[in-house]
Amino acid sequence: MKNGFRQSMAWLHTWSGLVVGWVLFAVFLTGSVSYFRPEISLWMRPELHDAAAGTRAAEMIIAGMQRRAPDAPSWIILMPSARNPVADVFWREEGPNASRRGFQQVQLDPRTGEGLAARATAGGDFFYAFHFQLFGLPIPLARWIVSVCAMFMLVAIVSGIVTHRRIFADFFTFRPRKGQRSWLDGHAALATLALPYHLMITYTGLITLIALTMPWPILTNFQGDRTAYIAAVFGINERAPRSGRTAPLTPVGPLVAEATARWGGGTIGRILVTNPGDAAATITFQQQDGDRLSVSRRTITFNGVTGAVIATREPEGPADATRGVMYGLHVGRFGGGVMRALFFVSALMGSAMVATGAILWAVKRRQKAGGGAGARLVEILNVGTIAGLPAAMAVYLLANRLLPPGMAGRAAWEVYCFFIAWLLMLLHPLLRSHRRAWQEQLWAGALLLLAVPVVNALTTHSHLGMTLPAGRWDIAGVDLACLGFAVLLGCSAWMVRHPATATPRRRTAQAVAAE
Amino acid sequence: MALTWNPLEARRIGGIVSRSMAAIFGGYAVAALASIALARLGGRVEGALAGMMAGYAIHTAAVIWVFAVRTALRAWIGLAAAAGSFAAMFFLLGHAA
Repeated sequence: MKNGFRQSMAWLHTWSGLVVGWVLFAVFLTGSVSYFRPEISLWMRPELHDAAAGTRAAEMIIAGMQRRAPDAPSWIILMPSARNPVADVFWREEGPNASRRGFQQVQLDPRTGEGLAARATAGGDFFYAFHFQLFGLPIPLARWIVSVCAMFMLVAIVSGIVTHRRIFADFFTFRPRKGQRSWLDGHAALATLALPYHLMITYTGLITLIALTMPWPILTNFQGDRTAYIAAVFGINERAPRSGRTAPLTPVGPLVAEATARWGGGTIGRILVTNPGDAAATITFQQQDGDRLSVSRRTITFNGVTGAVIATREPEGPADATRGVMYGLHVGRFGGGVMRALFFVSALMGSAMVATGAILWAVKRRQKAGGGAGARLVEILNVGTIAGLPAAMAVYLLANRLLPPGMAGRAAWEVYCFFIAWLLMLLHPLLRSHRRAWQEQLWAGALLLLAVPVVNALTTHSHLGMTLPAGRWDIAGVDLACLGFAVLLGCSAWMVRHPATATPRRRTAQAVAAE
Repeated sequence: MALTWNPLEARRIGGIVSRSMAAIFGGYAVAALASIALARLGGRVEGALAGMMAGYAIHTAAVIWVFAVRTALRAWIGLAAAAGSFAAMFFLLGHAA
């Protein structure tokens, strides 16, 4: 029975992993780069590279919004932080200018409250949003798809642990250039080296979407009242209707002082203003979460006219703290740059684990049965996703530099360039032999990634020659990462070119992981 | 592959389909019942969050169970027993409160 159990788990591991492998790879890879979402957004708006945070930012930005959108039903203000020098503001506007879901977005200078003329781009938000809601699908459906894939991943991880009894030995085992065996070793090494991370990121990822996918306790404990749930858990209250009587918004300076005092010095991450200019106005502050592990929500809501405190949301008990820590672990905003870099490397190992698993399936199938339509389909999807996606991501960054700044629908076209490139990468393996497809796409990805810093140097003043001497690691990091990935893809392409003819060598798994 | 009727093969595939259904839908049903049962144990916010967060751990355990037992029928019986227990817990705790 023991053997039977392990066999069923091996079967479960193979199939639960394979059917969602490509979505998982895309989610993992775009999620990995989302650790650097503010940095990517900043890189993609070179006009903002000299912006700096001011001292009375909240007051300046609110005043700016009163000039810019006095009649909007609400404003959402993401305050500048150590990683993002400008304020991102959103508001809903009815009319033909309204973008996706009716939201307008601009970047404001926190020193003056004036708009900053940056090129239109979704920036790092595109990768971030793609990693949990894909693109172009209705948002609840897309989030369900990603959740189901994450659930398969969790099952694949647990059944994988059962299948591999030699977890400790797998740390140190890598037999290179032996075909199937090497893929198996690589897959197991990548999985075991960062196993706690893989389990954590998958489970916490599911937790971020529980209000959609596991909503039943909201039915029983909140009588199905989602607004009450959101108010209780996130401290965001529903917007009251406009009263129709005009009333000036209270000065925000004293409110900031009050919130800071109550939070023991915590800073404001987000400001939500509803019904500005109306007697029913409210102002809600949400605490910045980059300075602590738990993002258990802390908010304070003021009457927008009198400045009196209407409601506060403070961390509750152990379950709320657990949710906060799980969310905090998932988004990895705590702990600074080194912590984030470690998470990033672990996430890349996760992407590579999914990739090697899918490749291993194809290699095994080809050796056993000589292929067939199923194996061919898997091979095509493997090349087009594993080699194609990084190339398409490079195209997205290149489009940001090459599309004319004043172009109509510019932000959308950057995204279309990404998908056009990815589609071509998915079609290309149909026309080529498997080995050639790998080789050509890996080279294409390497060259496109190499082109990113080069094109950046030709089109902006924020290139490595300027950013490195100035110590602007936030901006230089994107160029350097592209160079690093270009080398990685180039080496992979070179290894595909020279298949298993080399002398067998022993290498530790760490050496592989470090690549 | 030749499309000939092979009773053994059909039985094997039937078992896989049955287990997959049990794992995906049955497992989710057990997780959903567990979430509302556990939600009874804490306060309004605490209970709800605890139930929701535990849901996926229970679903994962259910999936492993479904594929670990000897027959698909046993898998369904096990799920039904778990679902019944959580449903009973939900109603009993509801009346106690």
